[in-house]
Amino acid sequence: MHLPLASQIINLLAAILLLLSFAMLTQRRILSLINLFAMQGLALTLSTLVVAYSTGQHHLYYSAALTFALKVLILPWVLHRLIRKLNVKWDVETLINIPATMLVGIVLVILAFNVALPISQLAGTITKSTLGIALACVLLAFLTMITRSKAVPQVIGFLAMENGLFFAATSATYGMPMVVEFGIALDVLVGMVILGVFFFQIRERFDSLDISHLEKLKEE
Amino acid sequence: MNWQLYLVLGTPLLGGALLALWGHKNWAAGLNIAMSIATFVAAAALTAKVISNGPIITANEQFFVDSLNVFLVALTAFVSMTTALFSRPYMRVEHAHGKLSDNRLRLFHSMYQLFVFTMLLVLLTNNLGILWVALEAATLTTVLLVSLYRTPASLEAAWKYFILCGVGIAQALFGTILLYSASEKVLGSGSGALLWTHLASVAGSLEPTVMSLAFVFLLVGYGTKVGLVPLHNWLPDAHAEGPTPVSAVLSGLLLNVALYALLRCKVLVDGALQAPFASQLMMGFGLLSVVVAAFFLSRQKDIKRMFAYSSVEHMGLITFAFGMGGPIANFAGLLHMTVHSLTKSAIFFAVGHAAQKAGTQIMDDIRGLMKVSPTVGWGLMLGSVAILGLPPFGVFASEFLILTTAMRLQPWATPFLLIALGVAFAAVFSKVQPMVFGETTAKRLPHPPALVPVFAHLSIVLALGFYIPPYLVDWYREAARLIG
Repeated sequence: MHLPLASQIINLLAAILLLLSFAMLTQRRILSLINLFAMQGLALTLSTLVVAYSTGQHHLYYSAALTFALKVLILPWVLHRLIRKLNVKWDVETLINIPATMLVGIVLVILAFNVALPISQLAGTITKSTLGIALACVLLAFLTMITRSKAVPQVIGFLAMENGLFFAATSATYGMPMVVEFGIALDVLVGMVILGVFFFQIRERFDSLDISHLEKLKEE
Repeated sequence: MNWQLYLVLGTPLLGGALLALWGHKNWAAGLNIAMSIATFVAAAALTAKVISNGPIITANEQFFVDSLNVFLVALTAFVSMTTALFSRPYMRVEHAHGKLSDNRLRLFHSMYQLFVFTMLLVLLTNNLGILWVALEAATLTTVLLVSLYRTPASLEAAWKYFILCGVGIAQALFGTILLYSASEKVLGSGSGALLWTHLASVAGSLEPTVMSLAFVFLLVGYGTKVGLVPLHNWLPDAHAEGPTPVSAVLSGLLLNVALYALLRCKVLVDGALQAPFASQLMMGFGLLSVVVAAFFLSRQKDIKRMFAYSSVEHMGLITFAFGMGGPIANFAGLLHMTVHSLTKSAIFFAVGHAAQKAGTQIMDDIRGLMKVSPTVGWGLMLGSVAILGLPPFGVFASEFLILTTAMRLQPWATPFLLIALGVAFAAVFSKVQPMVFGETTAKRLPHPPALVPVFAHLSIVLALGFYIPPYLVDWYREAARLIG
């Protein structure tokens, strides 16, 4: 099947995005995890730019700029600062059973492709084939959150989920209306600030950022 | 000019900004109350306008007010006003007990006003994208309120609340994206394609496959905030560990607002599908919530946790009613939203003071409230009797309507509902009775408790049980018609 160049580039970037999601799933160093997150943001920016150029949707240039500023510059910078201040920069997490997690991840990807199939067929965008990948990224990020026991990696998983959602918005449609995108970006930023405050509260109280301390509230 | 609408949104926003600066002063609680009263007056003016002149669409169609949301705006403004009245003495006692510093008091006041603002924005916006943004912002403003005491348990509750609601609401964003992709084909791209009024007018021509998938995601997302089983895990923790005024507004208002978001989406999906897909999902989740929550009630030890589960049960009942649909069930659902919101916040007010007097939230250690403070005791007793659906309170009327409609439309569900309501009754009554009567262990408080809000709420609920004024009936009918 012959695809125009733009569409091929987008598919390539989508594949890179998926690969990065898998890398994040198994990355044990917090520092590398943040770098992977920033790379994901970069791939997202590039794909948005290609879509904007090839379809002439001008508002996508703005959302690409917003993505670049927020997900490649500000959030990684905030995260770097946080882990330096919290002194967890060189933390290595012990992840149980990486191969099993990978297998679950693959199942999730297959599931995502199946769910997205009917919508992809209906979508008229040049990016329609990537919707499955976008949903897969969301689910993989979710899996990343579940398998982590430390607070910072959980939050990076949460942010990666937002990346997947943003990618879904550009692949199912050509991005959400600008006012909504600004709102979402604002929420993410405010959420990050609140979480930063929260990290310090947790550490002050428990002397660690291990979420396993936070498992006391249970049904008796 | 729709100055009423701008005042409704502007007052709490201004209040949030002012209290961020001066929220620790002595008069801050008074300012909090004044701002809440101003919001309520503006909301009342807006309601009067909508009732007499019909729906309002304004500001480039970004805001939309009809009978359905103006009813919730009035309720939200009212309960947030009474909660502000309650929180002044309550927070003074907490401050006197040394549980809160000045800075945290400032955080509380400021975030309280911003929380009210985000809820009103959810209700008034016409843009489904902004609705999502505002509902997420409502989570963000309350996270730091839940962890206000900075105890290990409250930090855990706030973390759970943030992560679960964050993940949940991310699903709702995916649903909104799918919704947009369906509507863009009909309405063209741009922000017009997310405006609810536009969507509702073309609902019939939206792509059914995409819409049904979108609804699944929206139900999971907003359902997490409504507290539907099995997505309810954050709710009891957040209610039990946060300060009581926060529990009251979470239970009485936020759950309603999240359900409102779901209802708006349901109308669109029903229009697109011409099949009861959304209704069946809502009935299923609703019924499951009622039954599971009822059985969890009897196992609780913490008084606020118990009433949090009672909220899950009642939200399930309301979701079930809207799932059945039709004029009577929708009417009953709206009435139940009103009475549950009023009763549950009244209960939390009474519970808050009861826990302060006893110095604990563990029910086994709270005894004989009637002896030390008859008003708190009666408030808790009457509130519990009301929420359990005994006549003559208004909850009885709405539960009776829901049950009789269920017998007619969905007879299979009636035994489950009846058993659940019976179990809930036995559980709550057997726990509240010894707390109110018998020998006491409670002590006096450094500040007199605020009990006007408790009895104001309960008397409205009682009045609604005897007599619903005709204009209110018309209003509910109109709103019920809008939900379809």
